[in-house]
Amino acid sequence: MFSIEANQLTKQFGTFTAVDHISFQVNEGEIFGFLGANGAGKTTAIKMMSGLLLPTSGTAMIAGFDIRTQSKLIKRNIGYMSQKFSLYGDLTVFENMQLFGTIYKIPRKELKDRIMNSLRELDMEKQADTLVDSIPLGWKQKLAFATAILHRPKIVFLDEPTSGVDPIVRREFWKLIYLAASKGVTILVTTHYMDEAEYCNRISIMSEGQIKLIGTPDELKKKMEVNTINDVFVKFVKR
Amino acid sequence: MSVSAISIKGVNKTYEGKIEALKDINLDVEEGEVFGLVGPDGAGKSTLFNILTTLLLPDSGQIKVFLMDAVRDYKSIRQIIGYLPGTFSLYPDLSVQENLDFFAVMYKSDIEENMSLIEPIWKQISPFKDRKAGKLSGGMKQKLALCCALIHRPSILFLDEPTTGVDPVSRKEFWDILKSIRQQNITVVVSTPYMDEATRCDRIALIQDGRIIGINPPQTFINNFKGKLYTFKSENIFSLLKVMEQCPLNCNYYPYGEHCHVAFYEDMQEALPKFEAFLQEHHQTYETITPIDPSVEDCFIEIVTHSN
Repeated sequence: MFSIEANQLTKQFGTFTAVDHISFQVNEGEIFGFLGANGAGKTTAIKMMSGLLLPTSGTAMIAGFDIRTQSKLIKRNIGYMSQKFSLYGDLTVFENMQLFGTIYKIPRKELKDRIMNSLRELDMEKQADTLVDSIPLGWKQKLAFATAILHRPKIVFLDEPTSGVDPIVRREFWKLIYLAASKGVTILVTTHYMDEAEYCNRISIMSEGQIKLIGTPDELKKKMEVNTINDVFVKFVKR
Repeated sequence: MSVSAISIKGVNKTYEGKIEALKDINLDVEEGEVFGLVGPDGAGKSTLFNILTTLLLPDSGQIKVFLMDAVRDYKSIRQIIGYLPGTFSLYPDLSVQENLDFFAVMYKSDIEENMSLIEPIWKQISPFKDRKAGKLSGGMKQKLALCCALIHRPSILFLDEPTTGVDPVSRKEFWDILKSIRQQNITVVVSTPYMDEATRCDRIALIQDGRIIGINPPQTFINNFKGKLYTFKSENIFSLLKVMEQCPLNCNYYPYGEHCHVAFYEDMQEALPKFEAFLQEHHQTYETITPIDPSVEDCFIEIVTHSN
């Protein structure tokens, strides 16, 4: 079974087709890079896949659930993190994780263990009682990721998670992504950093609502006869 | 002799008495150059922009813009600068044309007279000149904002992260536009979190945690790289991170796109065979290890890891 399976997924807003019959599959534990220019339709597609927006036509199965009829079950089984920082600044690190864990109905005793484990992985145990507003951006982003996977979702959607983050923390962030994927979590990630596209197992490139290219980074570079994903992107968009 | 377009001496800024946004900033921007402030979010770039554009007062220090004092002569400075803030700041309910007219009137500037300056950009948005600004795509909004910031032919143009969250092709287009603005003898100060864009500037200041950690032309940063940088390909660029924690050599390893980068601080004749032996001992498969010239990103990583 695929973790994500989109079939002719389409969304129209009036006469404008934001997502135009996209079909693709993502395997369990795969890191899938969902690339495209601004306005290509990535965010709309992610909203449909996370059960926030109904498609005009077509469908997608997310962790085995149908986005048209089982959006509640989907929300329970996915994690989501966006470019906009999504934690509460005037709650502490621990309180933020506690809040999200409680919303997902993680039993109280178990929740505390999970939070402490997760803070250990982030090397942030000492910051448990620090207000989120006063920690650096890169740490916030790592914390937001840890919070998004606290309820052990099968799939996590990351929408430009590293935008504006410094080069060292970006790499630490990707280390967390790899760690999660090695535990079987499927990752769908968007980014404008083309070096990060190289870190994905497979990538797709969207343009005008359609998926125009899909494959491993090496396959796409070979196909377009260039040396980097940046060049793939540039060559592709210029055509 | 070139005039300093901007001179900053010992500037500090603290928010709410505790968050130190800028710590002892000193820098000069020369007339006619493209000067880049390169650093991550939260480094203090926007605070510095707000002080330079006279929107925010520093706690201490001195700022001169074309010899005018940023605190005392703020009104005169505002006449000669253009500012593209990090967030969209035009009127969404006015049309494209109305926005441009508005800014031209505010600056008592004549659109016809300055059209030559903005024409290459204006041509791309004028087909939509009756559309409300709020209804434009992200790229178009930005081009309109640039036209509005230039319509009074400023001596200095400030751009706060104009390419953040923008795809690589549009980013390249935007930098080509900046190049053409520079040719009109306008000094450009631009901030970016993208290290690769640093090479498009004449000089850059690397900024981190409110401090400037280096000011140089991009090539000088590269020439000053202390380590010996090598690159290789490996199947496991991230699992290698864990393995490298045990590496006995004085080196810094990090993933770099599809490649692995290692900066060595050792005599390479001995270090390279030792490194290969280490990789083999830990059952790592890799392809040929070759020396490579550092990028600005490599330089940033070196400076930050070494200062810690």
